[in-house]
Formats: sequence, C-alpha cells, structure tokens
Amino acid sequence: MQPSNHVPTSALDPFSTAFLENPYRDFDEIRETGPVVWLSQYGVWCSTRYAEVHEALADWTTFCSGRGVGLVDPTQVKTWRPPSIILEQDPPLHTRMRTILMGVLAPEKLRNLRQAFEAEAVRLVDKMIDQREIDGVTDVAEAFPLKVFGDALGLAAEGRKNILSYSSVAFNSFGPDNEVFRKSLENSDEIVAWTMDHCTRAALKPGSFGAGIFAAVDRGEATEAEATMLMRTFMTAGVDTTVNGLSNALLCFSRSPDQWDLLRSDVRLARQAFEEVIRLESPVQTFFRTATRNLEFGGQSIREGERIILFLGAANRDARQWPDPTRFDIRRRAAGHVGFGHGIHGCVGQMLARLEGEVMLAALSTKVRAFEPTGRPVQRLNNVLRGLASLPLRIHPV
Amino acid sequence: MPKITLIAANGEATEIDAALGRTLMELAVEIGISGIVGECGGSAMCATCHVYVESSRMDALSAMRPEENAMLDSTISERRPNSRLSCQIKVTNELDGALFYLPEHQV
Repeated sequence: MQPSNHVPTSALDPFSTAFLENPYRDFDEIRETGPVVWLSQYGVWCSTRYAEVHEALADWTTFCSGRGVGLVDPTQVKTWRPPSIILEQDPPLHTRMRTILMGVLAPEKLRNLRQAFEAEAVRLVDKMIDQREIDGVTDVAEAFPLKVFGDALGLAAEGRKNILSYSSVAFNSFGPDNEVFRKSLENSDEIVAWTMDHCTRAALKPGSFGAGIFAAVDRGEATEAEATMLMRTFMTAGVDTTVNGLSNALLCFSRSPDQWDLLRSDVRLARQAFEEVIRLESPVQTFFRTATRNLEFGGQSIREGERIILFLGAANRDARQWPDPTRFDIRRRAAGHVGFGHGIHGCVGQMLARLEGEVMLAALSTKVRAFEPTGRPVQRLNNVLRGLASLPLRIHPV
Repeated sequence: MPKITLIAANGEATEIDAALGRTLMELAVEIGISGIVGECGGSAMCATCHVYVESSRMDALSAMRPEENAMLDSTISERRPNSRLSCQIKVTNELDGALFYLPEHQV
C-alpha cells in the first residue's frame, strides 16, 4: 500500500551500519522533511519531531503496542522469541502487568536501595582510580548495573553478563533480520537457556524485586507463567539500557570537560545531568507503533494497520522543543524528553535508572578530576539501542 | 484565559495565565517554578509534581485514577486529603482564581 506522490518520503535505512554508527545527520534531514515521513525501504511511517512522537506515545488507543513495537507484528509472524507480556500488549493485560511492576518499583522501595548503590559506586570509583587506565564501558557502565541491579533483582552473582548478550538480541529483534541482528544471535542458545532459567521463582532471592513479582502470583494477581514472562522483560529491559546510559554519560562528559567541572562544583546537579545524557544520547532510540484506525497525523493520511517508527533519540534533539539541542548542557531542563517514552508504556523502571545514573555520576564527581580519552570510542551497534562497546579513558583523580 | 496562583512553601505567590487543556505541571515547569519538578515528564511515575489543592476546588478537578492515588503515597512531603499530582490536573474554566500550594520538598 503506497501513499501518493505528495507524501514526504525517504529511502533511508535506519538499521544500516552507517546509520547506527551515527544517526544524527539523517535525523536532522528527516526532521526538516516533515513531521511524519514515509520510509520507502520498509513501507512504514516515521517521526523525528518531538510534538508528534510525544503525541503518538500518549495516544495508545490510536497507536497501539499490541501489534508489536518492532518492525513485524508478532501476532502475525514468528519472531525470535514470544512477544513481551507487557511491552507488546495493550490494556487490559498491559495494565495488569504494569501494576505489578509499578508495585515492585514503588518509590519507597527504591529509596531503600540508595545506600547499597552508593556503597558500590564508591567501591568502583576507588578501583578505577587505582587502575588509572580504564575502559568506561566494562569498568563502569557494565560493572555498576550488573552488580546493583542484579542484586536488586535477586540474581545469583555468576553469569550476569549473559543478560547483556540476551538483551542485545532482544532489542535487535525489533529491527529487521539484518547482519547486526544475526551477529548477535551467534552462540545465543546457551544465553537464552540461562536467561529463562533465571526468570523462575527458584532462581530469585527472597525480598528481591524478582521475588516481588512472584509474590504477585501468590496474591492471585498473575499466573506463574505470566510472572516468568514479566521477569524476562524486567531483566531484558533493565540492564543494557542503563549500561548504555552510563557509557553515554561518560562519553558526553569526556567530550565536554567544562560540564564535568560544573558537576564537580555542585554534586546536586548529578540527577539532572543524567537526564541531559538520556536526552542527548538516548539509550533507546526507536520503537514502533501500529495505527488502529485511519487518521490524519502530522499532515499525512495514515491507514489502519500501517506502522510508524517513533525515533525517540531524534525527538529529543528537536530544536522546536530544546534550544541549541545538540549542546550537552547539564544546566538545561531536560525533563519532558521522550528517552524513557511517555504515557502508559513509559519506562516503568525510569526512577531506578535515574537512581543508578545519579549515584554513579555523584560518586565519580567527588573523586575524578578529569576523564582523558585514550582511544577512539567504539559504538556498540544495535538496531534500536545506542551505546558504546568500548571507551578507553585515563582517569585523573582530584 | 483562567488565572491560577501557585503558592510556594515560603509563601511566594505566582499568578499564571493558564491555557485551557494544559496541565498545571507543564505550565509551572515552563515558567520555571522550582517548587514543581516533574521528573517523569507528566507520566504519574515520579511523584515530584505534588501540590495541595484549595479545598473548595477539589471537586472541580477530574477524578483521581488508581495510578495517581498509588503515586501520592510516595510523595516526599506529607500526603494530605487535598494532595494531587499537578501533571494530572488539566486547566478548565472552573479553575479560574484557584490557589495551589506547593509542598516544601519534591525530591
């Protein structure tokens, strides 16, 4: 089903290696082409503008998730794994699952974690300072969430890195069956087995977030099978994302030492600094929605069943919403960005992500005077995530 | 356009021209009121846009959904019977002249 010739169209492949290395120039071009643009290679719509992306996220009845949030509809086509029991569902099932996770992640529960998070952050920072030459990805961005989130989730200590491998396939699977996806699939059978084993009641420590999900089963709010699937989502969505947030934070600060000096001068800026990182270098760049009816949107006639890509990372750099949007400015008001989404599917773990980011940045700012890049940063290519595979740095202590 | 007044914990009052259909949180954030934070951007997920509503205006607000009710139990400042999340308060003509009191702490 092809739109008419008057429709703003682009031949861009937003899953090509070149694009994933650096999407921003293409985003700017599409953003100026129109609020809603047809991507001819995949036969889907897309938006890179804040207003339209925000509105589409808010209007979940029109732009549903139950027909998949990736390129294909998992209710019609066999996908790499069964669809998420929360992310790729609409109300009422979505509501029931989300209520359980919201309870598990209630603000008071997060407050109880702060001390443990701070202790681990200090430990990691001290280790970095001893090491002097580090990789910001393995030594900080991966190490911190794998430890603190893994503990909070209730996982045993061994094998947590499997989550990174599993998640990268899961997120890749929202894109096309391309080389990036296939590469991540290599050797994945063991990783899948490990992951599903660790989504069960028996694998999770009492009192943990994971145990909290199974407690919902005991209260009659979900079945054991549903709880296992909810754990799968929780694990998948809760690690790679924060890892990328932290690696992107180190990248932003290593490129803008003036902003690091600003944070060092006032540690209270840590939380909003992390917010600015999520805005400027959004760990999750891309989600799809499906139109449930014919409508006019962004000046285009969208037909029922057509898919639209919401480019979150692009919307977060829309100058219509943020002046000088490409500037990393930890003093600006970044709140309101769509890096965590918006509306009923807005990231249910966002407050936990903010806690991790704030605590790690605060700890670093008290002991690290400067981050000196000692090699080229390497992108970790993923169809929908943005983050680094490697960030070689020399740490200069205060 | 309705006029709404926000009263900070220190007593400082700010009157705003409130566009119909906008949320109180959005308006406060736009004009830089520090007493409302709105970390989650208006998704009823962070409880940092907490306000105390003038008692006589409580009925003029749209009904509280279960998610908001749950979040209000997590506010840093004391929850009171007239507590609401300002991201869930849409401006209507019935709110003309209304006063909203900001708590001492949001984060």
